[in-house]
Amino acid sequence: MSDTENPGVESSQADDGNEPIPFWQNVLDNPFLLLFLGVTIPTVLYVIWGVMEIVTIPLAK
Amino acid sequence: MANAAVFRTCPATGLKIHRPAEALIKANAVTAVVFLAVGGFFGLLVALTRWPAVHLLPADWFYLALTAHGLDVLLVWIIFFEIAILYFASAILLNSRLAAPKLAWVGFALMLAGAVITNVAVLQGGSSVMFTSYVPMKAAPHFYLGVILFAVGALIGCGIFFGTLVIARQERTYKGSIPLVTFGALTAAIIAVFTIASGAIILIPTLLWSIGLVSYIDPLMYKTVWWAMGHSSQQINVSAHVAVWYAIAAIVVGAKPLSEKVSRMAFLMYILFLQLASAHHLLVEPGISSEWKIFNTSYAMYLAVLGSMIHGMTVPGSIEAAQRKKGYTNGLFGWLAKAPWSNPAFAGMFMSLVLFGFLGGISGVVLGTEQINLIMHNTLYVPGHFHATVVAGTTLAFMAVTYLLVPLIFQRELVLKKVAQWQPYVFAVGVSGISLFMMGAGTLGVARRHWDIGFADSLLSFDYPATAFLMMGLNGLAAILAALGGLMYIVVVVGSILFGKRIGEQPAERPAPVPTEAAAVGAYGSAETLSIPGTVVLVGVFFTAFVLYYFVNWKYLSEVWPLQ
Ligand code: HEM
Ligand SMILES: [Cu+2]
Repeated sequence: MSDTENPGVESSQADDGNEPIPFWQNVLDNPFLLLFLGVTIPTVLYVIWGVMEIVTIPLAK
Repeated sequence: MANAAVFRTCPATGLKIHRPAEALIKANAVTAVVFLAVGGFFGLLVALTRWPAVHLLPADWFYLALTAHGLDVLLVWIIFFEIAILYFASAILLNSRLAAPKLAWVGFALMLAGAVITNVAVLQGGSSVMFTSYVPMKAAPHFYLGVILFAVGALIGCGIFFGTLVIARQERTYKGSIPLVTFGALTAAIIAVFTIASGAIILIPTLLWSIGLVSYIDPLMYKTVWWAMGHSSQQINVSAHVAVWYAIAAIVVGAKPLSEKVSRMAFLMYILFLQLASAHHLLVEPGISSEWKIFNTSYAMYLAVLGSMIHGMTVPGSIEAAQRKKGYTNGLFGWLAKAPWSNPAFAGMFMSLVLFGFLGGISGVVLGTEQINLIMHNTLYVPGHFHATVVAGTTLAFMAVTYLLVPLIFQRELVLKKVAQWQPYVFAVGVSGISLFMMGAGTLGVARRHWDIGFADSLLSFDYPATAFLMMGLNGLAAILAALGGLMYIVVVVGSILFGKRIGEQPAERPAPVPTEAAAVGAYGSAETLSIPGTVVLVGVFFTAFVLYYFVNWKYLSEVWPLQ
């Protein structure tokens, strides 16, 4: 019923519509935040870090 | 809004099925199966060549077949099937329409064109560079072009998935959080975006290099960025097949996850950390620091492995909980004994889970440990390991879910039910064989991607122990069994789609039929029990095996590399 009372709130909370949604549930319910994290973390820690090490290998004389 | 012409209602799950989504699922799944047939055939040829007593193909054909095998099964079969899963987990499970079906067809066409072009390039003979296509080996330009087109098509598929999530949310087609299976598919799609972006970064310059527009590509740079794609794509597979495990458990025995929260956190571990494990492919490269290697393969990867262990426990746990609720409470394993073992979807799924964990998971952690990796690096142990993950794990799980897709999406009954019943067992035994025997040969030092372990006409000869030859023979026999299992799958699936008895339709405007317990697949909610003693014992066995094997390898390392 609170479904119709406050349409902005996710309806999983329908029976206790006023309880705040837990932090982690908000994180997990946001696909684009997850997409951002899932692309940035490996890009920084694997690709950028790895490539930096390769380009700083000194040239053989 | 539900429009009878565009939607129908699934009689088993009560889900609303968007017909354009359904058509796309069918097209992607069927194409996947066709390429599995082609690629599996090449796999058999490869295995028969590596069987010293048979030594089927000449050297140049061996490398051609090996390239075609890797590409067609690892890339084409799996990714086409995954696109089908993405559409299923978004549009169907969320009761929604699929975003931009026309664009999805463009993506499909690009993937198909790319797959065909790359296959042509390989079969023409000038591109036997293996699916890794390490520079400075140079393939024909259309080899790279095909892979790039395929990747662009797959990226469109991911975009459609994200678009559908947005639409479903806006049109409020589901309540609360997305179902766990959809969340697993989301994990796969996120990893896919990183995978495909990395692929583009490295393959576009390589294409230009093969045409002659770029003069030099650094081999180490290539390997590093290529594996950001090559390994991550395996993590798409893991996420997708874990989602499939949950889906099958829900549809077949009505299992609900033990805890939505814990399972979702395990997927989050994948999103954050799984892709870093790509570094295990570079463990012996000079030029990259140990800090980078150890950070990416140890600390980060163990968090992701933790995610896998959670799924490995919660999937059987949720099945146990559901079975116990139905009254199968005898002893520790009564629930397991009374499981629907003659249902190929269930049997395939459960064996996929066990084999992925025991064979693939344990060997993967061993290979991913910098020090003990040295004993097995670039030996047949590596293909032994990944046939356990990507064949016994992913491929078997996808085969299993096909047995549900045929009635639910293709609306056909299975033909040759007996063959279907046996199929997962035949395939699982065969694949366990190739996996174990290749690992065995690898432990004895037999190289991967090697045409002749007898070194018949080489200047510097080398003698492998006789056991290594035995392993390769047993591997050949197991390969025949695995190929037979693959063939049974293809015959049943193609036969059912073409000739299976049609299952009657439920038009969408009729009142929805009472959903069966299978509806758990599209719902949010935990089983709310933790009394799963059988699963706890299984997990205990797993850990014991894991720890023993891990330390055996350190012991072994200390013998091949004595420190005095
Ligand atoms: C009938 C089933 C199969 C058999 C008998 C088989 C057998 C083999 C053998 C013997 C090798 C060669 C190892 C070497 O010489 O280095 C190989 C390589 C490989 N297989 Fe399979 N396989 C099968 C199915 C699959 C499937 C379903 C997949 C993926 C989903 C797969 C993925 C691969 C990959 C990626 C390679 C590595 C290719 C390379 O080194 O470039 N295989 N397989
Ligand atoms: Cu890997």
